[in-house]
Amino acid sequence: MNVEVLGFFFLAALMVSFSLLVILVRNPVHSALALVAALFVMAILFLNLDAPMVAALQILVYAGAVMVLFLFVIMLLNPASVEPSLPVWRGVVCAACALLMLALIALLMSGPDQAEALHPSSVGAGFGSPEALGETLFNDFVLPFEIASVLLLVAIIGAVALARRVSE
Amino acid sequence: MMVPVHYYLVLSALIFVIGVAGVIIRRNLIIILMSIELMLNAVNLTFIAFARAQGSMDGQVIVFFVMTIAAAEAVIGLAIIIALYRHRQTLDPEEMHLLKW
Repeated sequence: MNVEVLGFFFLAALMVSFSLLVILVRNPVHSALALVAALFVMAILFLNLDAPMVAALQILVYAGAVMVLFLFVIMLLNPASVEPSLPVWRGVVCAACALLMLALIALLMSGPDQAEALHPSSVGAGFGSPEALGETLFNDFVLPFEIASVLLLVAIIGAVALARRVSE
Repeated sequence: MMVPVHYYLVLSALIFVIGVAGVIIRRNLIIILMSIELMLNAVNLTFIAFARAQGSMDGQVIVFFVMTIAAAEAVIGLAIIIALYRHRQTLDPEEMHLLKW
């Protein structure tokens, strides 16, 4: 058990607790703040996995833009904080599924360790850098990139059309 | 990388399941959208972990696209929520059963 694994467990515990906060807290604003924290922890995990560019994007796009959007909508709507309480059977189903999931993970982790071959101890210099990402993006993924730009345009127009106040 | 890749996969599975649980147990559309963001992030973690394990940049590029789609999804979802709230003054998905048999 070396420092890196301990660090991973620390980050994983943070990530899971923030995620649980997102779905368990009553107040939507607190939920959104917990999600921001979870996204930051996720960015640190990305950094550990040699993906600095994606980590930066994660903070800029998710924790920055998307979460500000969520907070704005929460403020705009100011939803009544009295969310009807959860039907009991749903809680029971969720607890049962969580137990099954944990059992499955325990089963998988107790099996023979075949993952050793999967991780080279080092990758080349510049792995995950903006240059490497851009090179892959504009060589192998040009068509998806262009389609994504069209998709974003459609999303902008759709959002404006949907949220516009209908004139009489 | 000293941390084996399957640790990341287990963490990703846990976060994904937390997201699914959020969609099932919460009755607030905004929180349900946030849970979907959690699920997308869990998938991103899997992609990044495998990209690191395979030493290939393709996984990171896919994460780039997933982020694009997630942003578009959040924008459209929130716009729909705003439009729905104007009509019904509620965020409870159980109240929206016009098309439900």
